[in-house]
Amino acid sequence: MENAILIGGIGGQGVVMFGKILTFTAAEVDDKYVTFFPSYGVEKRGGVSNCYVTISDNPIGAPMADDSNVVVVLNDLAMPKFEKTLVPGGVLFLDSTVCALRPTRTDITVVEVPATEIAREIGSAKVANLCMIGAFIGFTEALPPEKVLETAFSKLGAKHPEMNALNEKAFYRGMEIGKAAKK
Amino acid sequence: MERVVMKGCEAIAEAAIRAGCRFFAGYPITPQNEVPEYFSRKMPKVGGVYLQGESETASAAMLYGAGCTGIRAMTSSSSCGISLMSEAIAWMAGANLPVVICNVMRGGPGIGSIQPSQQDYFQATKASGNGGFRMLVLAPSTLQEAVDMVYSAFDLAMKYKNPVLVLADGFTGAMMEPVVLPPAKSEEFLAAERKENEAWACTGRKGAAQRHHLGCGVVPGMATRMPLEEKNKLDFAKYESWKTTEVDYEDYQTEDAELIITAYGVAGRISRSAVDLLRADGYKVGLIRPRKIHPFPEIAFEKLDYSKLRGILSCEMSIPPQYYYDVDAVVRRRTPIATCLRSGGEIISRNAIIEEAKKLYGAK
Repeated sequence: MENAILIGGIGGQGVVMFGKILTFTAAEVDDKYVTFFPSYGVEKRGGVSNCYVTISDNPIGAPMADDSNVVVVLNDLAMPKFEKTLVPGGVLFLDSTVCALRPTRTDITVVEVPATEIAREIGSAKVANLCMIGAFIGFTEALPPEKVLETAFSKLGAKHPEMNALNEKAFYRGMEIGKAAKK
Repeated sequence: MERVVMKGCEAIAEAAIRAGCRFFAGYPITPQNEVPEYFSRKMPKVGGVYLQGESETASAAMLYGAGCTGIRAMTSSSSCGISLMSEAIAWMAGANLPVVICNVMRGGPGIGSIQPSQQDYFQATKASGNGGFRMLVLAPSTLQEAVDMVYSAFDLAMKYKNPVLVLADGFTGAMMEPVVLPPAKSEEFLAAERKENEAWACTGRKGAAQRHHLGCGVVPGMATRMPLEEKNKLDFAKYESWKTTEVDYEDYQTEDAELIITAYGVAGRISRSAVDLLRADGYKVGLIRPRKIHPFPEIAFEKLDYSKLRGILSCEMSIPPQYYYDVDAVVRRRTPIATCLRSGGEIISRNAIIEEAKKLYGAK
């Protein structure tokens, strides 16, 4: 089973961190192969940013697959282009607080996550990213949730340990939404 | 054995340090900036030297100097940066110096683009500078291969007293993947090698006769100058010997194959997974993927049964194609050869490879 995940948004939203958290976690899980490929502009903030994560039971040939099984859209800029890459029956996650656009395809599952709104409620818009990751994990069950949080704590908590509690809260709120969308 | 997730460029630098590289000079250029950046942080910790030159030209000349002293030394750059280094590379090849050069390829010609490509095949395998010298050229397709190849590149350079080129691409340099890192060469091993190299290296003569490493008939370890033609003949014999000792390629599902896909580097790994998908669909397809692109693995193509073959699909991220011509030269029209190409920073598409392969294959 090869799971090709495409994450898109703009610089500063944590697109690359989203991909790295999945990648580092998958590398910790036995018998899983994983690749990560980032693609972004020269801007530190505000430019188009996206990354490809592939998690597979077999060695990975194409780290930047033509077709995605899962797409995560954090900004309208990513919507039109990325929607097209989904396989029929694929899943599209979107931050419904930030995105005004909605996918036009009817052969895919759409999971709307008001991640930024939830993050603000919790106390910091910065944790919207963990909320999206939670929704992704809740729906796909691609990786063990506790392992994902462990990675997030070690990658993000090293600099900002005070954010760990907020990130954890956001992650589980997102997971609820992901799980609920699956039913 | 440590298994860690690393970025390609960082994995290349870490593997070099573990292989005993103790001198690195370079100049920033995307997409290989993380190579010098990693060296700048780690070299002081292992007692090595990191230098950022004022240009690629200067950095490669610094490598020339370091190589003369018999230590394990390296530089890296990308495409147009390698062009700037080509003068010093030719001098190092002429002087028979054991240095390692890494090219993380970007678009070309000229400034091209900062995105990944495989646009430097001819430069790497045919003429990286003047004088007709050759290098061993290692072409990794995964991060694990990049680590293993960089690690072995230093041994090969020492063994043959010749520059060795690791030809990676911007995709392999920028992506992340878990790798198993090899053990670091011990200080004792490196000290013994340096001691051995004192037979030819410039290590400070204190009034004794000077040593030159110029390549114009002055060969490391030889007391007197030899005619340049003699030296050229020696080098030629060395390059020829690689055809029996250094050919290295992956032969995948070729035994009953009616169609061969061939590619190297990042295009090679993508092609390999295209073979898996085509096989699952009932197409008898195999892969020939050189791990070293010089010497070119002619034998891989010579041993094919052309009476059974419908054709060969040559894939690379270069327009015009370059690798294709080496395939064409060995196949000698015994079967049709088609190409699947991308350039301009675009990554070759697995779907496109599959589509071209099916076209060439015809009815199942």
